[in-house]
Amino acid sequence: MLETSFRQRAIGWLQAGPMVIIFVGFFLIPLLFVIVVSFWDYNDYEMLPVFSGRGYTDTFESCLDQLPQFCTILRTYGSTLKFCLIVWSLTLVIGFTVAYFLAFHVRSRTWQIGLSLLCTIPFWTSNVIRMIAWIPLLGRNGLVNNALVGLKIVDRPLEWLLFSEFSVVLAFVHLFTFFMVVPIFNSMIRIDKALIEAAYDSGASGFQTLVNVVIPLSKPGIVIGSIFVITIVMGDFITIGVMGGQQIASAGKIIQTRLDAIQFPAAAANAVILLAATMMIIAAMTRLVDIRKEL
Amino acid sequence: MSKRSDIKAGISRRNVLKGAAGIAGIAAGSGAITGFPYVRAAEPKVLRYLGTAVNEGDLIGTQCLKDTGIKLEYVTATTDDVTKRVITQPNSFDVLDTEYFSLKKLVPSGNILALDARKIKEFDNITPVFTKGQLPNGKKIGGQGTAPWKVLYLEGKDSKVFSKTPTEYVTLIPTVYNADTLGIRPDLIKRPINSWAELLNPEFKGRASILNIPSIGIMDAAMVVEATGQYKYADKGNMTRAEIDLTMKILTEAKKAGQFRAFWTDFNQSVNLMASGETVIQSMWSPAVTAVRKKGVPCVFQPLKEGYRSWASGFCVSKGVSGAKLEWAYEFVNWFLSGWPGAYLNRQGYYSAVLSTAQKNMEPYEWAYWMEGKPAERDIKAPDGSLLEKAGTVRDGGSYDERMGNVACWNAVMDENDYMVRKWNEFIAA
Repeated sequence: MLETSFRQRAIGWLQAGPMVIIFVGFFLIPLLFVIVVSFWDYNDYEMLPVFSGRGYTDTFESCLDQLPQFCTILRTYGSTLKFCLIVWSLTLVIGFTVAYFLAFHVRSRTWQIGLSLLCTIPFWTSNVIRMIAWIPLLGRNGLVNNALVGLKIVDRPLEWLLFSEFSVVLAFVHLFTFFMVVPIFNSMIRIDKALIEAAYDSGASGFQTLVNVVIPLSKPGIVIGSIFVITIVMGDFITIGVMGGQQIASAGKIIQTRLDAIQFPAAAANAVILLAATMMIIAAMTRLVDIRKEL
Repeated sequence: MSKRSDIKAGISRRNVLKGAAGIAGIAAGSGAITGFPYVRAAEPKVLRYLGTAVNEGDLIGTQCLKDTGIKLEYVTATTDDVTKRVITQPNSFDVLDTEYFSLKKLVPSGNILALDARKIKEFDNITPVFTKGQLPNGKKIGGQGTAPWKVLYLEGKDSKVFSKTPTEYVTLIPTVYNADTLGIRPDLIKRPINSWAELLNPEFKGRASILNIPSIGIMDAAMVVEATGQYKYADKGNMTRAEIDLTMKILTEAKKAGQFRAFWTDFNQSVNLMASGETVIQSMWSPAVTAVRKKGVPCVFQPLKEGYRSWASGFCVSKGVSGAKLEWAYEFVNWFLSGWPGAYLNRQGYYSAVLSTAQKNMEPYEWAYWMEGKPAERDIKAPDGSLLEKAGTVRDGGSYDERMGNVACWNAVMDENDYMVRKWNEFIAA
């Protein structure tokens, strides 16, 4: 009896082992270093291993003096959160709709698989290429503007199509909707069809079924998809850089500028702040749904 | 001519084969097969070469292998990444090719080894632009910012202090430099442009751009500020906090008013912005202008009355390099200054550090076009053989003396670099 439980535990550890090693070695320890370094001092060319809060105080420089106006870091996070919110709601609506279509309207398994594979086609090329492909489309002399001007819908090219918040959101939605589709589809496919029939039999309208049956049962998928999208948007600086014409701030860009200037402790401090902000959002979301229970 | 190089190529290929077999016969000197081949049990001569792409070309690598038997392994990165790498991974390269302004960070880090000027054959023939801050004809050059002659010498072999007077220990053996200005689209602007002030002229609202590299972007902004007469800096390349604030305020106001279409960080972005007509006036590098023109789009590297912002780069080696490898490094640097690479760089619109040897490797009509500012007698070809300019055209900015003589400042790392970087982030967030 005792032996079996010992053996079971040993097997459990063996199974978890590889993940634990990777998690500790490639995530926890480096993270620890980042946190330690974020409290070091620095000069033009090296990190000085003495305790200093300079990375943090510099980051929040004159935040109190400038009130009610926002300082750099608050403005940056404000703009990042705004992108998060917009991209999250758009990808959620689109992703949910696509997943709903795949799960409930497409009857045959083959078609379901075939259509979900179709969704992955854009992922056959790299993120950056998919992003850059928008530029000749949206530019001042791009295809869209040429078409609009040619059809006499506008009399001069629209400037806001490219290097704007619009193009950033467009690229994000294009790049990341799929990260919503997959987990939501995964949740939906496991909803017992009998529940939906029961709802109809009890006289619920389609909308009532959606709100009271499908959405609550898809919650784990929605939360997982949301975590994907939000963490990516929070940390992104390439999409915002390329599609925003480098004119829009992002937390990642601040870190990059600091790294380029060899101000590693300041970069580490900004990384810790970014991590904390992202963790808070995720904590709030998991508070809404207990993913572990739902899985 | 071509026949001779064929023969050389044949011999060198054999050398390489032997080298791989471990019994290389290595021809001494720069490619000329003189005397009896020196035979030894040789390891293959390989140098890991860290630098930006300016000096790193397949053609240079091939020619170097042909002439010296040294195989260059290019590690290409942006200037900032090169600096980062020298400071964090000094053992990941042998030869370093970087810009003079980075030295303010690199030298105190102790990770680079100064080269001995006495072992550089052409050292005395290096253009006085580097050694004295003047043109060959004696004209003084603007020295604001991190001008190369301020950081050229070290006090001693292992010194971390720049020497004000010439010593044997040279931080970077100069290779290439240029005078940067704004690129414009003459077909879309349709009027003469002659001042840096035009970059922030509201006439070009939504069609201007600068680079999102803080240390260079702020210098371009400073050129504009001076051009508009709003302020005169003591040294644009070493601003006080108040001066940084002022410069960033003017930039920020322009940004908020929608002056900029986009900022760029790499060569290709700048080419695409200009070629697609998204911008009509922007900070640009000379070969990027050439790249736009090669697409059939008119683009001018516009000389401006306030002068140029200049940059220069050169070679040193990693602290860890010694013994045979160090000798190869010297051999390579000596080869680089011996003419062929210099001519190659001149033909791209850059300038080579040793003018006399480069001239010997160029046709007289090429020299007249690139260096003397004369109209091209014949079609001007790029090193890869493609057509750059038709006969009769004159180079933007004229002759070497006109260009380098009108340098106003050099790329720099300021004493207040840390503050400047924070202000730049604020500018991007504005």
